[in-house]
Amino acid sequence: MKEPKPTGQVVELEQHRGLYTQSIHEFRQNRGAVISLIVLVVIIFSSIFASYLTPYDPLQRDTPARLMGPSIQHLMGTDTLGRDIMSRVLHGGKISLQIGFLSIFTSALVGIPLGLLSGYFGGIVDNITMRVMDVILAFPGLVLIIWLVAILGSSMIMLILAIAFFFIPTYARLTRGISLSLREIEYVLAAQSVGASTARILILHILPNALAPIIVITTLSISGAIITGASLSFLGLGVSPPTPEWGSMLSDGRGYLRNAWWMAFFPGITITLVVLAANIIGDGLRDALDPKVRK
Amino acid sequence: MNQYIMRRVVLAIPLILVVITIVFLMLRLGLPGDPAQIMAGDRATPELIAQIRENLGLDRPLFEQYLIFLRNAAQGDLGRSVKFREPVVDVIMNAFPFTITLTLASVIAGTFFGILVGVLTALKRATWVDNFATVFVVFFYSIPTFWLGLMLILIFSVGLRILPVQGASTPQHFILPTINLAVGQIALIARLTRSGMIEVLNADYIRTARAKGLSERAVITRHTLKNVLIPIVTVVGLSFGGLLGGAIITESIFGLPGVGLLVIDAINNRDYPMIQGTVLLVAITFIFVNLIVDILYAFIDPRIHYN
Repeated sequence: MKEPKPTGQVVELEQHRGLYTQSIHEFRQNRGAVISLIVLVVIIFSSIFASYLTPYDPLQRDTPARLMGPSIQHLMGTDTLGRDIMSRVLHGGKISLQIGFLSIFTSALVGIPLGLLSGYFGGIVDNITMRVMDVILAFPGLVLIIWLVAILGSSMIMLILAIAFFFIPTYARLTRGISLSLREIEYVLAAQSVGASTARILILHILPNALAPIIVITTLSISGAIITGASLSFLGLGVSPPTPEWGSMLSDGRGYLRNAWWMAFFPGITITLVVLAANIIGDGLRDALDPKVRK
Repeated sequence: MNQYIMRRVVLAIPLILVVITIVFLMLRLGLPGDPAQIMAGDRATPELIAQIRENLGLDRPLFEQYLIFLRNAAQGDLGRSVKFREPVVDVIMNAFPFTITLTLASVIAGTFFGILVGVLTALKRATWVDNFATVFVVFFYSIPTFWLGLMLILIFSVGLRILPVQGASTPQHFILPTINLAVGQIALIARLTRSGMIEVLNADYIRTARAKGLSERAVITRHTLKNVLIPIVTVVGLSFGGLLGGAIITESIFGLPGVGLLVIDAINNRDYPMIQGTVLLVAITFIFVNLIVDILYAFIDPRIHYN
């Protein structure tokens, strides 16, 4: 903000930006967040195009070359069956990232409307919905998901659904709060008096106010979902071998920490990088989107 | 305020009932495989399986099974573990102390050091201390628990050879697992404390306190910390769920014979009574902890019971 010039002189006005333009500008100034975004995009693209990036088939065994450390031929070493770890990490990324993104997407798809409706209508709808959310929240995170996976099976769809289930209350509560506080606002009352449909009111008037926190929560939840997916595989409840996946690779590497530390190190550091990047981006988004923070 | 407490307690009871019902239903209806057959084993005759089924009461209508289950549970009988051939309750009670020790140690260490780091970085804001610590904090916040555990083992047990890996026979066995869980907690609390303190330190009443001539130390301890404590307590309570999940993983990595390990083994072995028992107990413990946090919250934040 420029210092206001003494009275009598023309004061220069700062260019007025809308919330999103301003936020994007803010975000770009956050170097950590931008770097993280680049890193994340690189990793995501590497996973999508994994087949083109590595000369090795992630499932192909090469027993004579097993348990070799990082070298020129195998940048991340090989595992007990001689498979190239780097290819497995890149291909595994596909699965881990898919689980992360799809589960949160599903969760948002269910949780956001649920919360909006719950807050808007109040009364018994609200009560029932919130009690259901309470029941979901009554189970500690991983326990709930482990249990769901045990019952429903560990196919990828079930994994995604189980993880999505756990994050639904987060979205529901968030949108419910906003819906609740905004349903008396003038726009809404005016729209109601003109006879606008509920859906229209919710989507056009209430939802935009929730978008900022939703974006932040989504970014932070995706990292949680990725970790959860990997944890499940680590515990043997997720994707089954020989499909490469970061969590199960870590589980494989567990017994070889002494002789072949690279088996556990590389998948692990990749997960850490992804989660780290997502968290930094999430924080950056939160700082950028928050109109209360002094700019 | 007592009314508030009573209300919370009363609300918890139907919740527990619903949880019990859900656990029961899911297990009876959802799990693949026939429990009687699994208990009997591979070489059992059909008569034996039928016998076991009758013993377990699996041939009775569902609602009757439910009532029997409730009655038994109220008496503390949660069935017999298939794997251990002992009452589920006994097995769980043996494992409980390990998990509790681990979780409590992590919460205490995590919260204590978390607040410490948070206060430090808030006070030394924008200096190299703050930037350095923030990088560390975000990093440790993002590390997956299972990877951290493996790396800890790699560094301390394999590399430096100073700490034991598996088992729980000595107190030293608890050091690495506690660090594993506490690190995430420290990072979480530190971030929260820092932002909370910064917000509070800018408030008017702090300015007043300073204007009154209070020493900086008194300002911090007497006025700032108390107000920052409110969101911290909430977060500690909320993070308990994550801690339990982390405890499962940590127990798996470090071979601590706690409840977490029991759950995983039970699922892998299709030990239905054990799955039922552990999930139930964990969920109920969790509900209790949340209840206690809510009540504590009412004590700390006087605004609550004026609503």
